[in-house]
Amino acid sequence: MSEDKFNAIIVGGGLAGLSAAIVLAKAGLEVIVIERGDACGMKNVTGGRLYGHSLEKIIPGFAQEAPIERKVTKEKISLMTETGSLDIGFSSDKLSSTAESASYTVLRAKFDEWLAEKAEEAGAEIVPGIRVDECITEDGKVVGIKAGEDELFADVVILADGVNSLLAQKLGLKKELEPAQVAVGAKEVIKLSEETINERFGVTSDEGVAWMSAGDPTVGGFGGGFLYTNKDTVSLGVCATLSDIGYSEVSVPKMLDRFANHPSIAPYLEGGEIVEYSAHLVPEEGIHMVPQLYGDGVLVVGDAAGLCINLGFTVRGMDFAIESGRLAAETVIRANTYGNFSAAALSYYKQLFDNSFIMRDLDSSKGFPTLLTRREIFTNLPDMADDIAAKLFTVTGEPDQGIVMYIINSLAEHTSATDLVNMISEVLEAF
Amino acid sequence: MKKMTIEDKLGLDLFHTDEENSHIKVDKETTDEAEIHKLVLACPAECYKYDDGQFSFSHLGCLECGTCRVLSKGKIVEDWNYPMGTRGVFYRQG
Repeated sequence: MSEDKFNAIIVGGGLAGLSAAIVLAKAGLEVIVIERGDACGMKNVTGGRLYGHSLEKIIPGFAQEAPIERKVTKEKISLMTETGSLDIGFSSDKLSSTAESASYTVLRAKFDEWLAEKAEEAGAEIVPGIRVDECITEDGKVVGIKAGEDELFADVVILADGVNSLLAQKLGLKKELEPAQVAVGAKEVIKLSEETINERFGVTSDEGVAWMSAGDPTVGGFGGGFLYTNKDTVSLGVCATLSDIGYSEVSVPKMLDRFANHPSIAPYLEGGEIVEYSAHLVPEEGIHMVPQLYGDGVLVVGDAAGLCINLGFTVRGMDFAIESGRLAAETVIRANTYGNFSAAALSYYKQLFDNSFIMRDLDSSKGFPTLLTRREIFTNLPDMADDIAAKLFTVTGEPDQGIVMYIINSLAEHTSATDLVNMISEVLEAF
Repeated sequence: MKKMTIEDKLGLDLFHTDEENSHIKVDKETTDEAEIHKLVLACPAECYKYDDGQFSFSHLGCLECGTCRVLSKGKIVEDWNYPMGTRGVFYRQG
């Protein structure tokens, strides 16, 4: 590595780090990205869907040239029991109708590699294959990084080292993650043909489906299942909140097998061939887990800052990562004009952050982490939905109680009045 | 779809594993069954095993997610770091 001092060292070549690199390099600053993978993207995993609006600000019209998989034009959510599934589907030309509102399925190895090329084109230096061991501090100020015996110095270090962010922890900016704050995601990428996906999901080659489900995928535990259609593969996975591991005796890998074999999922995957198996932690506590975002000579972005929202029907993290990278870069550009990289100067990042859509959306969904630890959502609700719908859609010639009685009976069987009232009030609070 | 074991699935991934040096230090002598049980259920790569009262751990096949660190740091997981650069799992899809 070079002996020179950079304007900025970015640790981690994911979406947050690369977005920061592009903005900094375009402003003419000397920036280096250090990535532990053999190339950017090779250590990264998403579910996943990227909401495009924040990258649009950095690279307008990016979807025209980026290796996106499909534009999401169909949404589906399901409450699943072991054998049943109550589904709500939505397709409309309102979905993904503009570049700002569009969302895309992506695979990170390809997508991040492309974004890294854009960063290099902009003038950023990218050094892959190096694990950063620690930040170098002088009198409490971060002045560089250490990787093995190598040291590298900069005015500012941007920590984009992902959800585990060992570096932010070592600096005391962030506490150790708690099991209730994160979910483990396990995912298979399953090869089908492009035509097969089009036929089975009822889409054209450019269109795609995002499908979220709760209940049986995690065997009643906190979490859920997901399916995203890529160009000629499907991403299938489960996410299980760590504090709820052991709720059932089914292991995470077995949950994924069970999900793939669920009667409402399996037909879509028939004849498919798994080409990759991956896992990743997902920060899930939203605003409640945002760490100290800045210090003397240091900023924290993306998953390292725990930026994610899981509403059950949508999951966002990548659009936050990109925006936080951009805001960190704007902060560094400003700090550079004053030649001041103190914590006070870098607190500008927090100001930008608080006024951005990141904080607005984290704040407006602050009730969701609590709501999504209601057992009813993962056990009683899918069972009730299964019960009621099965009765509603079954005709036997026997006397019919009518829908109101079905619902009342099912409620009585699966929950108590107090629990129901509690849950409804939490739902109202969350929204 | 044809049924695959976790070993089959991990066999599809690209690994440059440092076989000698584990990036996770585990207390293999532990007898804390509750703690072992959590790790066995949670690890997506089945690196933690408990068969016939025998606890074992192998870092081969680790997907570097950090689940065991969050669940059991300071207990069964004594130390956790990412593998050295150019080592570990590499995703071609992601």
